[in-house]
Amino acid sequence: MDYATLLQILDSTLRLATPLLLACLAGLYSERSGVFDIGLEGKMLMAAMCTGAVAYLTGSVWIGVLAGIAGSLIFAAVHGLASITFRGNQLISGVALNFVASGITVLVAQSMFQQGGRTPPLEGAARFNPITLPFADSASAIPIIGPFYAEVLSGHTALVYVALLMVPLTWWALYRTRFGLRLRAVGENPASVDTAGVSVVRLRYTALAITGILCGLAGAYMAAGLQAGFGKEMTAGRGYIALAALIFAKWRPWYALMATLLFGFFQALALRPDVIQSTLKFAIPVPALDALPYILTVVVLAGFVGRAIPPRAGGEPYVKER
Amino acid sequence: MERLPRWADLVLVPLISLLLAGIISALVILSIGQSPTEALKTMVDGALGSAYGWGYTLYYATSFMFTGLAVTVAFHASLFNIGGEGQAQMGGLGVALVCLALPWPHWTLALPAAMIGGALFGAAWVAIPAYLQAKRGSHIVITTIMFNYIASALIIYMLVSVLKPVGQMDPATANFPPGTALPTLNEIPGLNLIFTKGVPANISLFVALIACFLVWVLLWRTRLGYEIRAFGRSEPAAKYAGISPVKVTMIAMLISGALAGLMSINNVMGEAGRLLQNSAEGAGFIGIAVALMGRNHPFGVFLAALLFGFLYQGGAELGLWTSIPIELRTVVQGLVILFTGALDQMVRMILGLFFRPRPVKVA
Repeated sequence: MDYATLLQILDSTLRLATPLLLACLAGLYSERSGVFDIGLEGKMLMAAMCTGAVAYLTGSVWIGVLAGIAGSLIFAAVHGLASITFRGNQLISGVALNFVASGITVLVAQSMFQQGGRTPPLEGAARFNPITLPFADSASAIPIIGPFYAEVLSGHTALVYVALLMVPLTWWALYRTRFGLRLRAVGENPASVDTAGVSVVRLRYTALAITGILCGLAGAYMAAGLQAGFGKEMTAGRGYIALAALIFAKWRPWYALMATLLFGFFQALALRPDVIQSTLKFAIPVPALDALPYILTVVVLAGFVGRAIPPRAGGEPYVKER
Repeated sequence: MERLPRWADLVLVPLISLLLAGIISALVILSIGQSPTEALKTMVDGALGSAYGWGYTLYYATSFMFTGLAVTVAFHASLFNIGGEGQAQMGGLGVALVCLALPWPHWTLALPAAMIGGALFGAAWVAIPAYLQAKRGSHIVITTIMFNYIASALIIYMLVSVLKPVGQMDPATANFPPGTALPTLNEIPGLNLIFTKGVPANISLFVALIACFLVWVLLWRTRLGYEIRAFGRSEPAAKYAGISPVKVTMIAMLISGALAGLMSINNVMGEAGRLLQNSAEGAGFIGIAVALMGRNHPFGVFLAALLFGFLYQGGAELGLWTSIPIELRTVVQGLVILFTGALDQMVRMILGLFFRPRPVKVA
C-alpha cells in the first residue's frame, strides 16, 4: 500500500468514524448517568430523517440540523419517561424505540415525498460542504505531514470537527466540572447524590437530553454530511457499533475517540477489499471485516483485554427512600 | 401503589397496552392523511377475511410462536435474549445443511433431522454469549446483539462463498431436494377442505403448538423449570437453595437458542425451500414483543403470536392495497414492546385509578 492510498483510507476513516464518535459520546452521557441506552440507533435514524426532510424543504442545512436534534430529543424524552419516571426496563425501552424509529421514519418520509421512503437528494446549502483548513494548500508541499494535513485532516464537513471537539469537551465536562462529578456519581451510586441534595431525576434527564442532542448531530451528519438525504435504515447498525465502541472505550471520552477511529478504520477497509488483498497477499472476506467491531466487542466484554466495568447503577431505576 | 387484581394484571395490562399502541398508530395514520378505519378494515379483510389470508397469518404466527417461546424461556431466568434473530438465522443454516446433506426420501424423515439441525445451530449460536454471561458476567443483551451482526455476516459469507451453487447469481443455497418439502395446510387431508388455495402455513404450525405445550410443562411441571423460575426471581435465594447459576443460565439460554433456531423449519424448510439472506426477516425481534404481550406464558405467547401474525399479514395487505407503507407494522411492533415492556408501570398506574377503593367521605 502506498502513502496516497493510506491517506485515502485514513480520510474515509475519519468520515466514517464521525457518526460513531458522536453516537458513542451520546451513549457515554446516558450510561454514565446510570441509564442504559440501546436506542442510539433509533435516535440517529429519526434525526437523519428530520434533517433530510427539513433541510430539503428549507434549503438550509443548519435548520435541518436543528430539526434532527428535535426529532432525536423526542425519542430521548420518551426513553426518559419510560426509564426514569416510570422506572421501566431500560433495555426494552431502547429496543422498542429503535423499532418505532425504523418504521416511523419511512412512514413520514414516504407520506411527505412519495419517493419510496427516502427524502429527496440534498444539494448546495442544504448539505454540509467541505471546509478547507487554513494553509492546507501550501502545507501539502511539506513531505509526509503536509499531505496528511491536506488530505486527511482538512476538507471535511463542519460536524466532523464538531465531533472531534466534543471529545476534549466531554472529558472536561466529565472530569473537571461539578456537573461531571455529579453525573459520574449518579451512575455509580444515585443514593449518595440524592443524599447530597441533588436531584437524581433531573441529572438523568439532563444526561438524556445531551444524549439526544449528540445523537441528533450524528443523524444529521449521516443525512447531510456522509450522504445527501435520508434513506430507509440508513444508519445500518451504527448505533450498535457506537454502543460497542463505548464498551470498548470503557465509558471514557478519549478512549471513545480511539475506539470509534478503529471501528471507522475497519469500515473504511471494508470499502477497499482490493487494498487489503494487495497488502496482505491474501483476501479477507468483506463480511469478516464487517463483523470485526462486533467480535472485538465480545472479546472486550469477555474481559480478556482488561475488564470493561459499566457504571454500577446502570440499568437500575432509582427509587427514592421514603 | 395499589396492587392490581391478578386477572387485571394478566388480561387488562396487555389489552390496554395494545389499545394505547393502536391509538398512537391510528394517530400516525391520520397524520399521514389516511383513514385508520379503512386501514383496519383492509388488515382484517386481508389477514382474517379468508382461508387464504389465515394461511398467511398462521404462517407468520408459527415463526413468532417459536421466537416468542425463546424469549419467554430466557425471561423466566431473568435473562433478556435479544439475539433470537441471529439464532434463527443460524438455525436456518442448520436446517439448510441437513436438508442438503442427503437426498431425503420423505418429509417425515427429513423434518426430525432438520429440527435437530436447526435447534443445534440455534443453541450453538447462543452458547458463547450464555457462557460469557454465566462465567464472566458479560452482559447477555450486548453480546447477543453483537452475535446478531456476526451471524448475518457469517451467513452472507456462507451463502456467497460456500453454499451458493456454481453459476447461480443470487446469494442463496441450492433448492432443497423434493423429499424435504413440508406439507402445507392445503395439502393435509381434512384441512384441505378449508384451505383450497396454496398457503405457506405448513405442518410446522403443529410443531409450534406442541412446543408451546412442552415449554409450559418445562417451566411449571419440572424441577428444571422450577430452578429456572427461582433463579429468575432471585439469584441469591436460588443460590442459597443450591441451584447453580452457571447451570441454569446455560441451560435456559441453550433452550432459548434452540427454540429460536427451530423457527427455521417453518420459513426455510416449509416456505422458501432454500436458505436465503436474512431468512428470519425480523421474526427474532418480534419474539420480544410476543413474549412481553403474552406475559411470558406459553398460552399468552400463542395468542400474541396469532395477533402479530395478523399484524404482519394485515400490514403486508396495507402495503399492497393502500398507500400506507408496510413499515407501519414495525411502528406497531415497537409501540407494543414499549407499552408492555417499558411503560407497563404507567399502564398499571392508569388501571390503578379504576381499581383503587373509593375514598370514604368524612361527614
